[in-house]
Amino acid sequence: MEATLDILSWILIVVGSVFSVIGGIGLLRMPDFYARLHAAGITDTLGAWMLMVGVLLQAESWLVAVKLVLIVIFLFFTSPTATHALARAALASGLKPWTKNPENPER
Amino acid sequence: MFSAAAIGIVITMSLALMRALLGPTTFDRILALNMVGTKTTLLIAVVGFLTDRPDFMDIALIYALMNFIGVIAVLRFTKYGEFISEGGTDE
Repeated sequence: MEATLDILSWILIVVGSVFSVIGGIGLLRMPDFYARLHAAGITDTLGAWMLMVGVLLQAESWLVAVKLVLIVIFLFFTSPTATHALARAALASGLKPWTKNPENPER
Repeated sequence: MFSAAAIGIVITMSLALMRALLGPTTFDRILALNMVGTKTTLLIAVVGFLTDRPDFMDIALIYALMNFIGVIAVLRFTKYGEFISEGGTDE
């Protein structure tokens, strides 16, 4: 039982770290703001979730586990809200999404 | 195991910091700032486990809340140019 939990939390932590690094690379290399928003989403939700659940499986006491669950719930509600507010503010300020063909944005 | 997670988080934070330095628009910088804040929350929690100090969880919890409020405050500031708008300039 102990070994199974250890292996499971190992897998979750490593996969979460890999997702978070992928999101960081995407944030650096994507062509415009809206695409970067999409890349940042993966680190805030999937990467953070997997890391936190992996750490949660290693928690010794109930108090620490409850605090970790609270952190996950706060992240789950606040980071999509912040992303939405950011995208809305950018669109309201007149930032145009990047397209392959600037003359004809429908293509 | 926790040190691997901490290294991954620090790499992500440095990539986001590079975007915050390069970022052509203000919104790119705010996005990178938001990401650095989220990663700091995770880093505090992981370091708490790494050094076996469970009271770090409280700091991570507070940081998660403060990061959200900070991003919303900066967004309001970029939109209106002031933190408190006088007399319903909303829409």
